[in-house]
Parts: sequence; C-alpha cells; structure tokens
Amino acid sequence: MTQTTDKNIAKLSIKLLGLVVVMFAFAMWVMPPLYNALCEVLGINGKTGQQYTVVDSQIDTNRTVKVQFVAQNNEAMPWKFAPNTSQVEVHPGESAHVTYYAKNTQDRYMVSQAIPSIVPSRAAEYFHKTECFCFNQQPLAAGADADLALQFIVDRDLPEDIHVITLSYTIFDVTEMAAKQDSVAAASK
Amino acid sequence: MGAHHGPAKGLTRWLFTTNHKDIGTMYLWFSFAMFLLGGSFAMIIRAELFQPGLQIVQPEFFNQMTTMHGLVMVFGAIMPAFVGLANWMIPLMIGAPDMALPRMNNWSFWILPPTFLLLASTLLMDGGGPNFGWTFYAPLSTTYAPPSVTFFIFAVHAMGISSIMGSINIIATVVNMRAPGMTYMKMPMFVWTWLITAFLLVAVMPVLAGAVTMMLMDIHFGTSFFSAAGGGDPVLFQHVFWFFGHPEVYIIILPAFGVVSEVIPTFSRKPLFGYDSMVYATSSIAFLSFIVWAHHMYTVGMPIAGELFFMYATMLIAVPTAAKVFNWVTTMFKGSITLETPMLFAIAKVFLFTVGGFSGLMLAIAPADFQYHDSYFVVAHFHYTMVAGAIFALSSAVYYWIPKWTGKMYNETMGKTHFWISFIGFNLTFFPQHFVGLAGMPRRIPDYNLMFADFNMMSSIGAFIYGSSQLLFLFNIVRTITHGKPVTDAKVWEGGTTLEWTVPTPAPYHTFTTPPEVK
Amino acid sequence: MYLQARRLLKLALSPVLMLLSLFSTGAWAETGARWQTNMTPGITEVGHKIYDLHMWVFYVCVVTGILVFGVMFYSVFAYRKDRHPEPATFHENTKVEIVWTIVPFLILLIMVVPATKTLIEIYDTDDAELDILITGYQWKWKYEYINPTGDNVSFFSNLLTDGAEIANTEEKGSNYLLEVDEPVVIPVNKKVRFLVTANDVLHAWWVPALAVKRDAIPGFINEAWTKATETGVYRGQCAELCGRNHGFMPIVVNVVEEPEYNAWLAEKQAAAAEIKALMAKDFSLDELVARGKNVYTSSCSACHGANGEGGVGKAIAGSPIATGPLKGHMEVAVHGVSGTAMPAFGSQLNEVDLAAVITYQRNSFGNNMGDMLQPVDIYKFKKGQ
Repeated sequence: MTQTTDKNIAKLSIKLLGLVVVMFAFAMWVMPPLYNALCEVLGINGKTGQQYTVVDSQIDTNRTVKVQFVAQNNEAMPWKFAPNTSQVEVHPGESAHVTYYAKNTQDRYMVSQAIPSIVPSRAAEYFHKTECFCFNQQPLAAGADADLALQFIVDRDLPEDIHVITLSYTIFDVTEMAAKQDSVAAASK
Repeated sequence: MGAHHGPAKGLTRWLFTTNHKDIGTMYLWFSFAMFLLGGSFAMIIRAELFQPGLQIVQPEFFNQMTTMHGLVMVFGAIMPAFVGLANWMIPLMIGAPDMALPRMNNWSFWILPPTFLLLASTLLMDGGGPNFGWTFYAPLSTTYAPPSVTFFIFAVHAMGISSIMGSINIIATVVNMRAPGMTYMKMPMFVWTWLITAFLLVAVMPVLAGAVTMMLMDIHFGTSFFSAAGGGDPVLFQHVFWFFGHPEVYIIILPAFGVVSEVIPTFSRKPLFGYDSMVYATSSIAFLSFIVWAHHMYTVGMPIAGELFFMYATMLIAVPTAAKVFNWVTTMFKGSITLETPMLFAIAKVFLFTVGGFSGLMLAIAPADFQYHDSYFVVAHFHYTMVAGAIFALSSAVYYWIPKWTGKMYNETMGKTHFWISFIGFNLTFFPQHFVGLAGMPRRIPDYNLMFADFNMMSSIGAFIYGSSQLLFLFNIVRTITHGKPVTDAKVWEGGTTLEWTVPTPAPYHTFTTPPEVK
Repeated sequence: MYLQARRLLKLALSPVLMLLSLFSTGAWAETGARWQTNMTPGITEVGHKIYDLHMWVFYVCVVTGILVFGVMFYSVFAYRKDRHPEPATFHENTKVEIVWTIVPFLILLIMVVPATKTLIEIYDTDDAELDILITGYQWKWKYEYINPTGDNVSFFSNLLTDGAEIANTEEKGSNYLLEVDEPVVIPVNKKVRFLVTANDVLHAWWVPALAVKRDAIPGFINEAWTKATETGVYRGQCAELCGRNHGFMPIVVNVVEEPEYNAWLAEKQAAAAEIKALMAKDFSLDELVARGKNVYTSSCSACHGANGEGGVGKAIAGSPIATGPLKGHMEVAVHGVSGTAMPAFGSQLNEVDLAAVITYQRNSFGNNMGDMLQPVDIYKFKKGQ
C-alpha cells in the first residue's frame, strides 16, 4: 500500500465517522423535537399547541361544532377524573369554558399530568386553548378535589366538513417525576 | 508483519488475525452458529404452534422466543454472514491485497461473539430475556420491560458499533483499494451492492443506537422520550425505529441481490444484463428506503396526507426492484444455463423474493394494510424476502465460492438435495401463512382458534423440514472441507469472469500483493 | 379505465378465480371456516372496497408473475447448456430497459387511484351516530358508550375461554380464544365511531369483518368507524404485541337491530343503577362468596390460579394479605401493586364486585377468615375514609 492510499483511507474513515456522529445526533436531538413540531402542525395523535392568545374574536354564527369531552386514567392512576359536561356546541370563533372534575382518592399527596388528544386529528390545529389545566402539572392533597378549567376557541378556519371534535384527556400519575424535578430544582439553587 | 508468510498457528491466529480471509471465515462460521441458534428458537415457536392450545412453552417464554429469533437472525445470522462474504470476496473482486483497515476488521468481528453471548444469556436472567418483539416498541420495551432490557440495549449498541466499523472498512476498501483500471462502473455487482449497503449502515445504525439510548434514558434517567406522561410519545419510538428499520431490510437484501447478480451470469455463461441500470436501480432502492419507513405504521393514526405519501413512495420501490428482476431474467434469456446448486438457489431466490415483493406491494396499499397489518400475512411476506431473499442467496454464495475458499468441491448431489428440501420446506412453512393471515390470525400469538389449525400444522411441518435441511447443509460444508474432491483450476466455474477466478484455487493466504491490471 | 381493466383481467383470470372460489368462504359470521384462504369482505361497504382492492392488486401480481416467471422458467428450460451451448452475448438495451421501468410505473398508477379513494373514505369519521371509547388494557378491552346526556355505560370485556381448554385438558370449543364475557354491541346500519386508546402499553383493535384495525396508544386517542350492514356476531383479536397475554384478549362484536340495541343499552344503564342501589344493601357472607367466585374466575384466576395456587401472581391460598387485615387486602385489590402485574382493580370492578371478590378470597382455598366486606366499605375506602 502506498502512503497516499493510507492517507486517503484515514481521511475517508474520519469523514464516515463524522457521518456516524451526525446521524446519532440526528436521532437523539433532531428527530424528537422535529417530530413534536410536526405533531403540532399536522395534529399527529391529536396533539394540540401551547397556550393560544386571541388575535381575532369574530364569531362565525352560521356554523355549529359539537365538542365532546372524554377522560381516561392511565394505568394505576387512582384519581376520579371526569368531564363535568360531556359535550358543548359552539360557534367557531366563540370562546367556551368547561371544567373537568378531579379527586385525589388516596391518603397521600399526588401530582397528575393531563395529556390532551383530539380527534379528528386534522382538527387539532384549529382547536385553540386559551386556558387549560393540561399546561401544568396538577397537584392535589390527600382526599382533595378540584374543578379543572379549560377555555378554548374553535378556529373559524376549521374545515367545513368537520362537525364533531372529540377532546380526550388522559391523566398520568407523575408524583414521583415531580418529586425528582423538585429535588433537582432545589439542588441547583 | 511481513506480507509473505502464512498464517500464525493455533488460537492466536484467529484471535489476532488481520487477514481478510481469516476474518471472513470467522464471520461466516459465527453467522452459521447464530443461524442454527435463531433457527432453534424458530423450531420452538413452530412446535408450540403445531397445534392449538399451549403444549410446550408458556406465553411469556414464547414472546422471548419470537423476539430472540428475530434479533439473532437479523443481527447475528444474516448481517454477519454478508459481512463475512464481503471480507472474503471484496478484496478478491477488486484486486486488493486486504481490507483497508485490517486491525479494525479484527475488532469488529471480535465484538460479536461476546455480544451475542450476552444477548443469549438474558434468557437465563431474572424476569427472562427481551420479550417485546424484535421491533421493541415502547412502552412495552421501556416501562414494562423485564430488567434484562438494559443488557439488551448494551448488546444492540455493541452490534451497532461492530456493523459501523465493518461498513467503514468496506467503504474505505472499495473507494481506495481498487486495482488500477478497475473503475467504479467496472466493479462486480456484489461489490457495488455492498458499497451502497455500507453507506446505508453507516447512516442508520447510529439511528438505532439513538433509539436504544433514548430507551435507556427513559428507563434509568427519568426522561420521557416515549412516555406521554412527561410530554413524550410512544409513536416517536416507532418513527425512529423504522427510520432505521426500513433501510435495515435493504441492508439485508442488497448484498443478496449482489450475490445473485454474480451467480446468474456465471451459470448462464452470459454477462449480466443491464449492468448500469442495476447500479442505478440499487442506488434508487437505497435512496427510497429512507422515505418509506412509516408504511410499517399505517394503523398508528397518521394524517391522511402522511398515509398517502408513504403509500406512493413505497409503491415506487417496485419500479427499480422490478427492473432488477427483469435484468436477471434477461441475463438467463438466451444464455447457456447449467443448474449447479448455486444456480438453483439463485433462481429460487429470484422467484421467491419476487413473490415476497408482490405481497410487499399489496402491503403498501394503505387501506388494504388495515386488514393485513400485524397479521400472519406480514410474517409470510417478510420471510419470503428475508429467508428466500437473503438466506437462499447466502446458501448460493457458499456453494459458489466454497471451492475457491477451500480448494475442494462440495458434493453436488448433497447440495441439490439440500436445495430441494429447503425449497419445499420453505414454501410449505411460509405459503400457508399468507392464508391464515388473510383469514385473520394476528402475528406473535402463542395460541390460536381451531380455524387456523390446519395451515399452522402444515407450516410447522414445513419448518421442521426446512430446519433439518440446514443440518445437511452444515454436513455438506464440513464434509467438503475434510473430504471434498480437490479443485485446482483457478476458474472453478466455466462462466466465472470476475477477478477472484484469476487467483489460484484454493485462494492463498495473501492475494494480489501486486495489484492486477484491469482492462 | 380501472374498471375496464378489472373486467378484462377477471375474464383472463377466470380459471384462477374458479380455483380460488373453491377455497374462499363467505362472511365471517361466527368463527371462520377451516382452510379459509382469503380475506373476508366482511359486512361493511368499506370492507368490500378493501377486499376488491386486495383482489385487484392480487390479480395484477398474478398476471405480472405469470409473465415474468414464464420467461424465467422458459429460459431455464430452453437455454440449458445441452440445448443451447453457445450463449448470446448481448448485455444491454437502453430502449428495453426504459420500457420496463415505465411499464411497472403505469401498473402502479392503476392501483393508486382506487387505493386513494378508499383511504379517503376510511378517514371520514364525521357524522357518526354513536361513539364508543375503546381502551386496551393488559389483557382485556374496556368499552365506554359515550352518552351525551347522562352517565356513560362502560364495561370490561374479558377472555371467556376456560383455562382447561388452553391447557388441553378439555376439548376446545369452536370459538376457542375468540369468546368474551361481555361483547360490545352495536346497532346495524348505523355509523359507529370508535375512539381507540390504551391504558398501559400499545394494543390494536382489529375486527376483520368490520375492516377496522386501529392502534391503541396510551395517552392518545385514535379513531375509526364502521357501518355494519348485517347482524351477527363478529370476532377479532388484539393485533399489537402487548405482553404475555397478547394472544388472549379477543374482541367480540354483536351487531343487532336497533330496537334490540336500545333494549340492551337500557338494560346496561339499569344494571349500573342497580349497582348503585346494591351499594346501599347489606349482603350475607354466602351471597358475597357466591358473587365473588364469578368475579374471581373472570378477573383473578388467570394470574392467581383457579384454586388460588398462584401463577404469574402470588398464591391467594394462605397468603399473608388474604389472611391479614382487611384494610391491607383492600389496598392491594383496589390500588394494585406498582411495579408488578397486579393492576388496580378499583377502576375496573365496581364496589359490589370488589367487596364480593375480597370476601371470597378470604373464605376460600383453605383461607377461613370468616370476615367480610360490604360494598359501602369499599366505597368508603376508595374515598379515603
């Protein structure tokens, strides 16, 4: 083997190693945020966006959209959790307010996180939440209960053929996760 | 080390060898051992499915068997076998004295045995081995996984490192060490397919590493990549996995295409038809493999635009694949064909792989996939592509090149017997699986309704036949090495035209120390 | 053009079709026939479209296959070395190569059009007359009928097949592994929307006759719809690997006439009201044990053994929990044991059944505690009192 070949081999190997590092970084640090961004734009899994600020409060009174509410407890989450209203009819552009009832049935402090999901998923980008208990973790003391507020607007640009939107919340027990985060936060102070 | 003395003696020869032929041999034996291991897992699966009811294993262990069968066959048998062929044949086919990075070559092999020992040992661990399928979808593989999952993750990382090193080595070899005059468009097809495969590997193995790293972090470090509770999403796992996984199936099949592209011209005594279009077709398949991954996830609830995009892109793969099949057939057309064992396996591979390609086309149709998805129809489909597509090509390659490797000729009668038993056993195993899948049998279940009983029994009988034919294969190989009729003709096969047929038979320990001149 | 091409193909393929019709069976009512070789067109319009699409693609593949393999096997036969010792030397022909790149492309186009149409139809879930929320659990399904005006009706659907049949000690029935204690009931000729989700790992809800398969993903909701055109019992299974008993969580759908559906729903609602009433009632030990035995069989015995001998779960017979304080027993049954396969039955069983099954466990399998729980005790315990 000549020296130039050796050099070329080394150069090429380093380039390929670079590609390996890039692809690993792509999987770890690009794909998850990219996926989340795509989810919000395309409504994959009915994921909704973050808090919405009203820009235009015109109401389209010609149309009515039925919004259904359902609730799910994930795994061993023992809370009682249900919508107080099972459905409302709204006009696009109109702000609506509903509540979910949550009760910590345990004799210990617990923290929950509600994850929203909307079907049909293409409606997700037109469903704007101006206030939602899902933006934050919800702690409840032992035996305590609460009405959790949700305020939303259905966008006037909602495709004409969508007449029903179903919003599901699944609550997860994140007590341990929250405790960990708190201790990390405390340690970093 | 001087270039002209022979191999060292004893165990150290194999432990410290940097010779591409030694390493190739070790890869091939290792992959054969893994093939038998993964095969015995399959035998357990088929034995349990022989009749309805639970007879032999419990569902928990059954799930470990399906998982380990898939992992061992994909990462332990097929991939290392093709790397072994690459090690042996690429330097011989491009006129290079050895691989470009011989020491790394040694490491990339020696990572594998301990890795698979570790992976196999998880079966004996508390809570059992991996039981979440070879696709290890979260959260079954994270929150709900047995404790051994950490070792599984470690094993996947190690295999990935081995594959990446192997691929870098192959690319470096092909790019830098071709004999003078061997331009890219003169390279044998096998070298071309491996070059493209190696690029695929370098691009997607790190993605697999990323997927298992995220799993590891979710399990042990409190992140929530794949858990909705912390803002993650289990579906993300499937996207990352199949972003690796779909190119992965082409990683398995492209070198197999390469093998038949060598074997068919040799035994047709006619040059490969449409060489250029073969190169372009292979490249387009590789490219398309990056944009079709979500066809494994039609039922996951994608937006319709995504569904349509992945359906169209997937169907598009049929075009270059069909071109390849047409080229092989045209190579045979007006040739002068003899049907030695390698040719039999190669023809069967083209035939059966195409059948698998047809069912693949059906699976690409998203609305119909709502019925096919995760049924035995899928199992039948990917075994037509993986077993008939890859393993048949590997059998063909072994018979084709074993005279060059050992200087001995295999027993033709035994080879043909192996072929016919394999062919019958294979089809008996997997063809009825189309039927039970269409009739509604889901995959990965240890027990089933009586309506699926007859075809399952047929399938199991076929599997036992196919499985035992591999013992004949092993016997034939060992017998060739010990008692085979010596071959001295450098060419071995009348129609052999590539460079490996210009070196003496058996191939000496060092070849092409002075590069050949390619015209 | 597509239809015409179809007709022509059908004609050309009539011998193959006749052969196939020998194998194919009709609807998938009850359990399908043995030797069934083809997909069921099912009982929905979409199902028929999918079936047609499937057959169409299949015919295209068969024709292509016959042509390609025909040339291949002809070459193997006609150009053997002994018949054709001098091979031709041609090895490229740009025109031919371009043609056979374009031809598959055109074939694909005629498949894409109907596929796209059907897909768009499948995605139109709007204007359903009934919504059912389906939740996959390890290893059972929960159905919740969404009621716009009052309480939702919800229940679990468990595998009914006896363990003895699975263990081969008893003869297997014809619905082996495809039978449940409570089927999901839907009215015929109504558009029913399924909202599919999961409680723990991934599952997939698949009923071939309805041509519905949807992944159930914990935390997220998926939708599908069906409009059954024939009454009957249709069966399916979980299609996504979900752990040990993945093969043992079937789906049974009862498609009934609308009045029958309404009666069934009313009965369900009445039963729910009855449970509420039962909560106020005091049960005798015998009543609780009798009720608890049934609950045990459907909800506990898979893991704890038919005789409380244990299995995946711990033994109940002589267990420190079943022979310990009542409160500890309730704790385990209601909230489950995290990190193990023991689920929190508090959200799966009603108060009456929980009281009954706990009482049964404390007074069976050689456990002889003699104590009992009333539904109201469970109610209070759940409330944390």
